[in-house]
Amino acid sequence: MNFQAVKAIYFFEMARFFRTLLQSFVSPVISTSLYFVVFGTAIGSRIQEVEGISYGAFIVPGLIMLSVMTQATSNGSFGIYFPKFIGTIYELLSAPISYFEIILGYVGAAATKALFIGLVILATAAIFVDLKILHPVAMILFLVLTCISFSLLGFILGIWARNFEQLQLVPLLVVTPLVFLGGSFYSVSMLPPIWQTISLFNKLVGTFFR
Amino acid sequence: MLLEVNELRKTYATGFEALKGISLKVNKGEILALLGPNGAGKTSLISTICGITNPSSGSVFIDGYDISKNFRDARKLVGLVPQDITLEPFEKVANTINFSRGLFGKKKDDALTEKILTKLALWDKRDSRLMELSGGMKRRVLIAKALIHEPRLLFLDEPTASVDVELRQSMWNVVADLKKDGVTIILTTHYIEEAEAIADRVGIINKGELLLVEEKTSLMQKFGQKILNIELQKRLNQLPKEFSQENVKLSDDGLTLTYIYDTKQKKTGITKLLSNLSNSGINLRDIQTDQSSLEEIFVNLVKEKAE
Repeated sequence: MNFQAVKAIYFFEMARFFRTLLQSFVSPVISTSLYFVVFGTAIGSRIQEVEGISYGAFIVPGLIMLSVMTQATSNGSFGIYFPKFIGTIYELLSAPISYFEIILGYVGAAATKALFIGLVILATAAIFVDLKILHPVAMILFLVLTCISFSLLGFILGIWARNFEQLQLVPLLVVTPLVFLGGSFYSVSMLPPIWQTISLFNKLVGTFFR
Repeated sequence: MLLEVNELRKTYATGFEALKGISLKVNKGEILALLGPNGAGKTSLISTICGITNPSSGSVFIDGYDISKNFRDARKLVGLVPQDITLEPFEKVANTINFSRGLFGKKKDDALTEKILTKLALWDKRDSRLMELSGGMKRRVLIAKALIHEPRLLFLDEPTASVDVELRQSMWNVVADLKKDGVTIILTTHYIEEAEAIADRVGIINKGELLLVEEKTSLMQKFGQKILNIELQKRLNQLPKEFSQENVKLSDDGLTLTYIYDTKQKKTGITKLLSNLSNSGINLRDIQTDQSSLEEIFVNLVKEKAE
């Protein structure tokens, strides 16, 4: 196992993330705040409680997952697509590293970035609503596994994509709509029965650790 | 022997046969120049040896290690400078070099980084972003990235393509220094003068086939034609009849006769030519000979094989 190479890829990718730290940090904070203003205050004031908890607190897991899933997919795909696009992929292919080690480096970095954003959103949400985490270990484990799974999906997309348009295709046209329709900002039980059944085909339903 | 390539073939998905059974042996410490026109298969050969593309058939051994079965041991010995300038624009010089070393399983070595960057005149640019560098500097960064893990076999894929004369000379100096350090170098080029200046052996590749690999000097002797330039005392209006053979030509100003002869032939015809000149009462001012360049040899060889 070439741990040094995995480390090199991981930190090289993380350096890219830290170069745009302001964007990485400020962007989720602002968008989360906006969601709370729009959904929490404007709409939430008309919905008292969902499944026994305040609407503001109810949307927090959905908000976190929306960002984590889209960010993990985007980061996972961009990490491997960019070297392909600019040609630096030759270095990876000619270095003494296995495909598994390459995946470990890139997916590890993409998942870390998504996890960081998820935690930033959680911290921002705590400013707006009274949060109570009943199962913190299970929550962290679920969050980490989600980050890894969607980073892996992104990695596959990055290998498959031939241009930037294709790279954005799945996060924008598949992941985001499925998260929205999967009950991120509402409970599926609030839907008419026929839509509840249709929603069950959306595999992202029930992935919001509520 | 450091590199052994046996019957290497590469056919792309489109059906294009880039390598048609290439066999090649390269000794430790030598510089081999692979010459060939665009699309000859030079980059395909390098890419296949380095692991960037998979061979369709054949085998490659680097210092005895099979590039498929022992890819880690084999690749550790190899450095590659690609043809195109491919660098992360926002990354800093020192970081990108350390990243390359890390990929080869080695920890950062600041002393070595300084040594290599200084040698390539990049030390003062170590904290510059790659997008801020000139084309020549970027090419040197690529060389630094290939050298930072201390390879024993270095591939330079057209290292001096589109660089100015001064930089080309400095690249050749770097190559000469590496050779002194015992690094084996394989470079591809279509600048014949490059091969002539720095290579020990020359391989000529065309349409996926290695037409020959020869010692540079013996290649030039083997295929070399010589040109005999005879300057005359007095202007000739036309070529006398006795010289009307196809190899003798009179210059437009009527003051120089040129005679092209093959050094491989037993009889070069020089004696006969000079005695004819003497018999015709033509007085000579000076005589000089020119060796044909590798470029002429290359063009002739490719043409010959095509026929």
